[in-house]
Amino acid sequence: MENLLDQFSIGLAFWQTILFLGLLLLLRKYAWKPILNSVNERESKISESLELAEKTRAEMETMKAQNENLLKEARAERDALIKDAKETVNTMIEDAKGKAREEADKVQVSAREAFAAEKSAAIAELKTQVASISIEIAEKVVRGELGSQEKQTSLANKLVEDINMN
Amino acid sequence: MDVQMIGAGLIVIGVGIGIGRIGGSAMEAIARQPEATNKIQTAMLIAAALIEGIGFAALFAA
Amino acid sequence: MYRLLRFILVVALLSPVVTSSVFANAEAHHGAPDKELTPEELRDENNAFVKHHTNDSHDFGIVSNEETGTHVGFPLPVILWDGSLHVFMSSAFEHGEKVVESKGNYYKLDTHDGKIYKTDEHGVVMTETTIDKKTKEETVHQLKPLDFSITKNVFVTIFMCILMFFLFKGIAKSYKTGLAPTGAAKFFEPIILFIRDEIAIPNIGEKAHKKYMVYLLTVFFFIWFLNLIGMTPLGINVTGNIAVTFVLAIFTFLITQFTGKKDYWMHIFWMPGVPVPMKIILIPIELIGLVVKPFALMIRLYANMLAGHIVLGALIAAVYFFDAYLAKTAFLGLTFFMNIIELLVAALQAYIFTMLTALYFGSAAAVHEEAH
Repeated sequence: MENLLDQFSIGLAFWQTILFLGLLLLLRKYAWKPILNSVNERESKISESLELAEKTRAEMETMKAQNENLLKEARAERDALIKDAKETVNTMIEDAKGKAREEADKVQVSAREAFAAEKSAAIAELKTQVASISIEIAEKVVRGELGSQEKQTSLANKLVEDINMN
Repeated sequence: MDVQMIGAGLIVIGVGIGIGRIGGSAMEAIARQPEATNKIQTAMLIAAALIEGIGFAALFAA
Repeated sequence: MYRLLRFILVVALLSPVVTSSVFANAEAHHGAPDKELTPEELRDENNAFVKHHTNDSHDFGIVSNEETGTHVGFPLPVILWDGSLHVFMSSAFEHGEKVVESKGNYYKLDTHDGKIYKTDEHGVVMTETTIDKKTKEETVHQLKPLDFSITKNVFVTIFMCILMFFLFKGIAKSYKTGLAPTGAAKFFEPIILFIRDEIAIPNIGEKAHKKYMVYLLTVFFFIWFLNLIGMTPLGINVTGNIAVTFVLAIFTFLITQFTGKKDYWMHIFWMPGVPVPMKIILIPIELIGLVVKPFALMIRLYANMLAGHIVLGALIAAVYFFDAYLAKTAFLGLTFFMNIIELLVAALQAYIFTMLTALYFGSAAAVHEEAH
């Protein structure tokens, strides 16, 4: 202990105090503050940039998702449109077909009716003509047959016979 | 003077054992938990420094 | 600036070799003429040699030769306060051989303890006799003026302060050009960040550490650089000087007390969470602890650095003490090994000083949420 006290130099302690204090103050002003500030600044900058990058990435992701959604929607819309169009076309064709068929049916029916009417008219005419012709023929035949008395009587007889048979 | 020398020797033995134990335990701890190396080292240095301080104080008193 | 630092580092690393060669020079002149030195005398001489190299001195000696009395080095100013201010160069002492007259007073340098004594004109040290009032014992004091000289240690400290100032100012400037570290900043930034992230923040806390950073950084680099310059073969031993470590410890002590929060004083004078009688017992213990902490800080750095220098000096002396070449080689190797260890210790002691300082600051700045 005496050795320690003996070695202790007041002058050295005095200079040491002054020098160390001076160094402390000078370094604080000219070195540590700027260094620590710039280090802190850099660190905050780095963390900010990292945050920004993270944010941007998240934004990109949401944008991508949105884009995809939009695309999907557009695609769906397009599909729907095409489907609609197809459907309308189909219905139109169906309609047209139906109408055409109806028309055709109508035409057919009316044609058939007309035909039937013509036919019956023709038949009727034919009938009348046949009747008239047959009457003419019959007149002629009758004239020929009934030219003589005998023939008349034989016919009458025959007719009577026929009637009797019935 | 001679008695003081013996005292100084005893102090050095004590401090040596103390710091040796701290170092050994720290090594064991590091071997067991290598991931805690930094913390163990810091604690070891502080403990060793404190013992050393007492040792020096005793040496100067002797 | 970076180059200068690299130069210092290289010198520090090479110092085992250089130290040996310097000692070899000195010793060659030393031992050659009188081979009849007994081992005791040789031992004393070596002892004095080691002591000379660990003590402060009034001139900056680089190589000295006791036989021819030639000294290579340069003188430093001597500043004495003895009623009035006396300033002269230390070369006036002629290494303790001359009595210096200044303003009517006479002073002599004692080469053995490196102190300046007040003498009469013939060089006889003036004494003062004081009588203890209680024991009536007479004690004789040799009169010493108050010595405020720029000694070797003060000179080296000034040099180191200037070096540190320009080095770190340069580093600070290098950040203005860009945010990425360049040059010396590349080397020192990790250390600065280490002090902040590994020493300051864990011990003091995220919030409070900022105001202590200036002191922690300064004290770390101050001790480290002075330790490193002590590794050079110039025989500098600033941090192994009790006055230097005393000042550093006092700074830590004062800062701790002046920044102490309510909780800090609470823990000293009225320890929460223990019964009242214990509180009263704890007060003196805590008060002793208050003083013991910086005292241990002071002694630790001082003793470590001084012991390192003494061991190195003793080992180098042992190289010359033994005649056998095997022993010489072995001690040379041991010296080299010790130098590497000392290089580690230089950084370790700076780290421990900073670490414990941060620990004390942490206790002062701590704000406890709950009583415990």
